[in-house]
Amino acid sequence: MAKTKKVVQFTATDIKEELLKKYPPKVARKRAKQIMINEATEAEPAPEIVANVRTIPGIITMRGCTYAGCKGVIMGPTRDIVNLVHGPIGCSFYAWLTRRNQTDAGTDGENYMPYCFSTDMQDQDIIFGGEKKLEAAIQEAYDLFHPKGIAVFATCPVGLIGDDIHAVAKKMKAQFGDCNVFAFSCEGYKGVSQSAGHHIANNQVFTHLVGENEVAPEGEYKINLLGEYNIGGDGFEIDRVFKKCGITNIATFSGNSSYDQFASAQHADLSCVMCHRSINYVADMLETKYGIPWIKVNFIGAEATAKSLRKIAEYFGDKKLIDRVEAVIAEEMPEVLAVSEDVKTRTNGKTAMMFVGGSRAHHYNELFQEMGMKTISAGYEFGHRDDYEGRQVIPDLKVDADSRNIEEITVVADEKLYNPRKTPEEIKALEDAGYEFKHYDGLNPDMDKGSIIIDDLNQYEAEKLVELLKPDIFCAGIKEKFSIQKLGVPMKQLHSYDSGGPYAGFKGAVNFYKEIDRLVNSKVWSYMKAPWQESPELTGKFVWE
Amino acid sequence: MLLRHTPKEVKERKALMINPAKTCQPIGAMYAALGIKGCLPHSHGSQGCCAYHRSTLTRHYKEPISAATSSFTEGASVFGGQANLVQAINNIFTVYEPDVIAVHTTCLSETIGDDLNQIRDKAQKEGKIPEGKTVIGAPTPSYVGSHVTGFSNMVKAMAQLAEPSGKKNGKVNIIPGWVEPCDMAEIKRIAGLIGVDITLFPDTSGVLDAPLTGEYKMFPDGGVTIPELKASGDAIGTLALGEWCSADAARWLDSKCKVPCTVLDMPFGLAATDRFVDVLRTVAGVSVPDSVAVERGQLVDMISDMHQYFYGKRVAIWGDPDQLISMTEFLISLDMQPVYVVTGTPGKKFEARIKELCEGQPFEVKVKAKGDMFDVHQWIKNESVDLLIGNTYGKYIARDEDIPFLRWGFPILDRQGHQYFPTVGYKGGLRLLEKILTLFLDRKDRDDPEQTFELVL
Ligand code: SF4
Ligand code: SF4
Repeated sequence: MAKTKKVVQFTATDIKEELLKKYPPKVARKRAKQIMINEATEAEPAPEIVANVRTIPGIITMRGCTYAGCKGVIMGPTRDIVNLVHGPIGCSFYAWLTRRNQTDAGTDGENYMPYCFSTDMQDQDIIFGGEKKLEAAIQEAYDLFHPKGIAVFATCPVGLIGDDIHAVAKKMKAQFGDCNVFAFSCEGYKGVSQSAGHHIANNQVFTHLVGENEVAPEGEYKINLLGEYNIGGDGFEIDRVFKKCGITNIATFSGNSSYDQFASAQHADLSCVMCHRSINYVADMLETKYGIPWIKVNFIGAEATAKSLRKIAEYFGDKKLIDRVEAVIAEEMPEVLAVSEDVKTRTNGKTAMMFVGGSRAHHYNELFQEMGMKTISAGYEFGHRDDYEGRQVIPDLKVDADSRNIEEITVVADEKLYNPRKTPEEIKALEDAGYEFKHYDGLNPDMDKGSIIIDDLNQYEAEKLVELLKPDIFCAGIKEKFSIQKLGVPMKQLHSYDSGGPYAGFKGAVNFYKEIDRLVNSKVWSYMKAPWQESPELTGKFVWE
Repeated sequence: MLLRHTPKEVKERKALMINPAKTCQPIGAMYAALGIKGCLPHSHGSQGCCAYHRSTLTRHYKEPISAATSSFTEGASVFGGQANLVQAINNIFTVYEPDVIAVHTTCLSETIGDDLNQIRDKAQKEGKIPEGKTVIGAPTPSYVGSHVTGFSNMVKAMAQLAEPSGKKNGKVNIIPGWVEPCDMAEIKRIAGLIGVDITLFPDTSGVLDAPLTGEYKMFPDGGVTIPELKASGDAIGTLALGEWCSADAARWLDSKCKVPCTVLDMPFGLAATDRFVDVLRTVAGVSVPDSVAVERGQLVDMISDMHQYFYGKRVAIWGDPDQLISMTEFLISLDMQPVYVVTGTPGKKFEARIKELCEGQPFEVKVKAKGDMFDVHQWIKNESVDLLIGNTYGKYIARDEDIPFLRWGFPILDRQGHQYFPTVGYKGGLRLLEKILTLFLDRKDRDDPEQTFELVL
């Protein structure tokens, strides 16, 4: 293959220096704290990383905004709620079907996901206030569709002009009686990234939806799956596996989810957290208010899926479930192994970089390992320190002005519904056996010593990293895709999966192995130079001259 | 049914927009700015807008779209974004070394009232703008107009760089409006055939169609240069293609620099291309070579050969006003019937123009500015059409109602080719016809019973 591999072996310190070299001194100082060389060993303490801090003006960031985290990520994949964006048109337009959250409209057939709703604010609304228009828009949505719920999202100008969207929502809810109307103060400028939006969304979902449905859904081994967004059908595959194991998924937050799922979440006996960053808030609140314990799971990777299923089975501790889970794993694994064995002959020893979201950059590590590939550099777009270093750092996290902007809600045990699912003795017994509740170690321990971990990577650093380390594959989002590919390195989108997926569960693992094999071994990357460009100094003549 | 909740019964909506046929100003400004050589667009506001605009442009053009942002947080939103922008300008020139930074505002910075000129002057005074480098700015509040307005505002900011020397340089300015990079290249090719020396701005050809070579250039070689923009004040005339996208800049050059302007329709289809070529040769004082007449004749030939397939077909189209006007005219010239025409961009003039074009035709046109695709879909439910023409989002209507669908306009997120194969000019007309025909004939081949399934046209 014509792609030239790196000749010089750079040390991690060289690379860090190289990344910082061009910045103005102030920028360099700040970025230095967000670029970490992973050197955690048993002897020395893990180095700290600075995360969840402001993006530097003018530095081309990969990040989005609070509204994107709230509307796009958490509420977007809910099919039977009308998501009405209060603001000028753009914000609603860009979040219209662009995340590839797949949806099954279900037997009731309600599905508003292909629609884009906006109040399309005009200058008069900015000058005189947009509450009247919002009220009218909610009314029109209700008259047209009679949905179960209408969610209102604030965009930047709405916060500035001071529209009270919550008051409007409350008024309309009271007026309708049969439609839940609630609002999210998720103006884009709040916080420093999408992450703030996740938090705001979680608070409101918990306040306005969870607990609304009093009737407990039928089924055994009831769980919630938190932080799984059904990109490219991931959630469908996980649900297939759950069903096969006999596990009842009450609510997925928020992939292929529905109003009733959120409203019934309090009936589950265990919460399983996929994306720790975006949803640990809800897991905690469910525990405090209803007594539902939570565990961290990962369904990205076949081994990871098996491990997570076993963890769920162990929690319920029921022989029937444990056996069934083992049977399912035994049934699913042969195909997965057959493909991975085959693919591995072509992927073993190859390298990857991952810079996505707040958990994906960690989750996909396992899949790459299963293919014999190594992640040489990774980081989050909007993770917090606990996503890198583990939850034990949470008490030490500094609360800065930007985090203080985000409403914290206080949740207490529900007088009637609080019901600890396990006795303290049962919990202790599980823990003594090595079982971990409310636990997340973060990305760092799973990365090699000396690998480079970077928070809030930007375009300049991405390009430099790729030039210096020439990974075999780079994973990030659409904005990064083509600049990386122009450098001759295949790029896989891990937010939207290009148009692939699912990559979760057993079938997903197979899809992913094949996809990565295709990408890293594609002939395309050998076409970069025309034959006459490979040795331009050639001066020979053809014989007929 | 994907849009299963769309009722047939049409009720007037005053406040709720559903499935918009427009988006917001800054994305247009960003696209226009990419047509300046060595330019990094900069979004003055919170970073989310910039991320969205970059993503959407990337998905449409399948090319890297670099743009920086002032990354407002709550503080900047309250106290003003001056500090953020000055810092950004410094960081951008240090790290990315562009020749030009083209700043546009967002809803946020507009609402708090940041003054771009004043901030630029401050940056200049503080020495944050290196010698020979340029910072331009355009106000682009999204609660006014649409993405088309934003495009127009940035193009006007480009025109305002003009520094007339008092001596005419014999060149003609062409402002192409929001068309694809390949369309811009096609306009240059046509001008080249006619032998007119032009300055095209913006010009995204050579920028958003970069080859894959193993090298990444943040600033590819294409784009209009700053010296060319400065010299635009010395041109012998300006052709503004499209009232909505291009006229403001052209009129500014006319009134401030005495460069006479002509506002034309975008050259989609036969008649609009004819007018473009005719005005161009008149302004430049040259004659049109036969090669252009041959291309024209080829288009006329295809129209006549295939007329039976176009005749009487009902079409729904939505998109940007300048594009829709030319497309409506083209469809009518084929004896097709553009019965529903909707733009999200406001402007009563649009409705009047479409009505005028459709006057005396054997069909009634339903036209709406400030409309949305929900309108289009509801009308279709009441009386269907044979063809849809519009951006990617039309695929939901196309599938639900089983109607052939031509992707044209912005954004096209799910198909390739629009960035390479022009639809302007005579050659572009051929491509449009070929696409429409293929849709009709594929449909016929799919639906015809076996007895009437035919091999030849
Ligand atoms: S806040 Fe305004 S500029 Fe930003 S995406 Fe929304 S509409 Fe567009
Ligand atoms: S995985 Fe990433 S992109 Fe997805 S929800 Fe979590 S933080 Fe967001």
